[in-house]
Amino acid sequence: MTTTSDQTRQGGAPAAGDRQVQPAGAGEAQPATPSGTSGGPSGTVSLTFAKALTYAMEDALAADASVVVFGEDVGTLGGVFRITDGLTKRFGEERCFDTPLAESGIMGMAVGMAMNGMRPVVEMQFDAFAYPAFEQVVSHVAKMPNRTKGRVKLPLVIRIPYAGGIGGVEHHCDSSEAYYVHTPGLTVLAPATVADAYTMLRDAIACPDPVVFLEPKKLYFSKEQVDLDALRARYASKAAGGGPQQPASSIGKAVIARAGTDATLIAYGPSVPTALAAAEAAALEGRSLQVIDVRSLVPFDDETVCAAVRGTGRAVVIAEAPGFASVAAEIVARVQERCFHSLAAPVRRVTGFDIPYPAPKLEHHYLPGVDRILDVVDELQWEDQ
Amino acid sequence: MSTHTEGSVRPEDYLLPSSQPVQLIDTAGTVTTDPGYKERYELPSAAELLHGYEQLVVGRRVNDQASALVRQGRMAVYPSSHGQEACQVAAALCLAEGDWLFPTYRDTVAVMARGVDPVEVMELLRGSWHSGYDPYEHNVATQSTPLATQLLHAVGVAHAAKLKGEDTVVVALCGDGATSEGDFHEALNFAAVFHVPVVFFVQNNQYAISVPLIHQSVAPSLAHKAIGYGMPGERVDGNDLAALLAVLAHAVGRARDGGGPSLIEAHTYRMQSHTNADDASRYRADDEVKQWVPRDPLLRLKSYLSGAGLLAAEEEQRITAEAERVAAVLRDGLNAEVQVDPQDLFRFVYSQPTPQLREQAAMLHEELSREATSSEGAQP
Repeated sequence: MTTTSDQTRQGGAPAAGDRQVQPAGAGEAQPATPSGTSGGPSGTVSLTFAKALTYAMEDALAADASVVVFGEDVGTLGGVFRITDGLTKRFGEERCFDTPLAESGIMGMAVGMAMNGMRPVVEMQFDAFAYPAFEQVVSHVAKMPNRTKGRVKLPLVIRIPYAGGIGGVEHHCDSSEAYYVHTPGLTVLAPATVADAYTMLRDAIACPDPVVFLEPKKLYFSKEQVDLDALRARYASKAAGGGPQQPASSIGKAVIARAGTDATLIAYGPSVPTALAAAEAAALEGRSLQVIDVRSLVPFDDETVCAAVRGTGRAVVIAEAPGFASVAAEIVARVQERCFHSLAAPVRRVTGFDIPYPAPKLEHHYLPGVDRILDVVDELQWEDQ
Repeated sequence: MSTHTEGSVRPEDYLLPSSQPVQLIDTAGTVTTDPGYKERYELPSAAELLHGYEQLVVGRRVNDQASALVRQGRMAVYPSSHGQEACQVAAALCLAEGDWLFPTYRDTVAVMARGVDPVEVMELLRGSWHSGYDPYEHNVATQSTPLATQLLHAVGVAHAAKLKGEDTVVVALCGDGATSEGDFHEALNFAAVFHVPVVFFVQNNQYAISVPLIHQSVAPSLAHKAIGYGMPGERVDGNDLAALLAVLAHAVGRARDGGGPSLIEAHTYRMQSHTNADDASRYRADDEVKQWVPRDPLLRLKSYLSGAGLLAAEEEQRITAEAERVAAVLRDGLNAEVQVDPQDLFRFVYSQPTPQLREQAAMLHEELSREATSSEGAQP
């Protein structure tokens, strides 16, 4: 099969939808720059994951007048994690605004706004605080396009600060991805790098379908050197009308985060840095571990993941969520079905335990860590070689 | 109007509903005198009432034809609005072109009165797809079964319209049972806080399947809930088309002029079971139903129009013929075998099918091809 996931979705990622609009008063207050990018830093800079998300929204707001950002505390405060910092100040309260404290209300209103030409980007303040919106997400966000045979598109993004490792109290650390990936109609993304935080959020906002965008909280303040101009340039061409060569979307596309030959670690979101740390430790012991960053949970990139596992013959899937009936379980099943004859050992999982997310003083026992990953790697039947 | 000292208008004066449901024509077909409603409601023009009457007759015929089609096995189920046709018709007629209607599953007659193709409306209930019409063709949202969720979509459409500087008004329908749902509360609160042009129109037909209103709410009326959100409430005789048109016109005009949302409760009655699958005799007495027969919205308007000399015999014949024509459209459309395409299962889940869905579509295609080949082979 030669079709790549880029080809799968790139056609469906225009800068604006069929029903793009110009909110009244938006134009004169905040003219979009010709390139569709914002002020702020440029060139290669040291950037946090959080700031990359802010720039992604800022640039999308500048490039497309139909983009609106709303949720709890996202206006004046800039969000409890400051991800929407400065957006209300720059774009005004019509483009980035606080809502009453009601998640189903936020989600349902986003559905209606998307029906009527807008591209809402909503923030659910924490993973577990998104549950009141679950009916809207499952019964309407996911189903409306299919219900109407594609006549109603819902180009909206649901940003969810998610997962643990931050010492948060109960209801602030859930890995809730399984609920969303099990719902056909949702695109579910989980970036793990600063560059992907920018790129994938821009791609999510440009996507004609609803996207659940899972932001690993523990990575918010991780820093990387990134070339912001290069990241922005991909979208600048789209804002200028694009050429025949639309850049490929990151949606549906896994990446190899670290090359390796002995076994493949498959991770996403918050478990990617853990997997990379495990690969680094394994290298010191003379074992070469490849790391795949899945990035896009739905659509899932079977091709990249399975090609990688066929190359090494061994695989371990790493995820924070409880392992039972999880994304990790699905990946194990898919790899085993497709790579059986290339495997030297059963595909294994290192996941959270099947328990409610623990209290801060106990979470280190729960989270998949380097030692637990390497213990499982050691069990991959190396003696049979 | 309630009296108050100059300069001391209290929120209660304009947010609470009138002290009794607004009625302009009584059950005998006589024009009533204003007992002091909170607003001045004018009797709609003869032309409006005559057009409304035609829609009532068509709506009643649609309800009865659809129920018959369920009995004949042509549709899976039909939640009839028999007895609520005045609410249905008023909800459609109060809107201008470009306005939006957000219906529930019981609002088929309103959807059709808005101009949506009758056979397309019935796709949901005949079971060939979850919704059969293009919501953008007549600005009518889909009918679906979760309660009150559509009220928030209505708020979102109105909010987007406001941001775009369009003067769209949205009428959002729900029933008495739906007022207990969280989304009802959130929708009214969001609409009020964002001051968007939505008219929430509750058809209080007294029952949520089997549960009577007393088990949903002990508020003085459902319209009283409006004051809790800071929007005006009003209650209206839901079987009086004239009053419904007047009250809705007032609320829609207010919304269009930037006056924000409002909540209207219509007192009506579900004359039949929840759906054909329900048995209302298990939870309500025939005597109760019989009390509502003389309050029928068609009889009342017909009495008024006839008494006023506005309904000539040939006009009534024309209206009856129109109702029969629509019923025939429904019968013909639903008696024809509907064509479904199994590949549609995969086409609309995403804008571009995922690789996984393409694999599954290919699998189904192959299964169907095999079946077709083997059944061809079985032919003599």
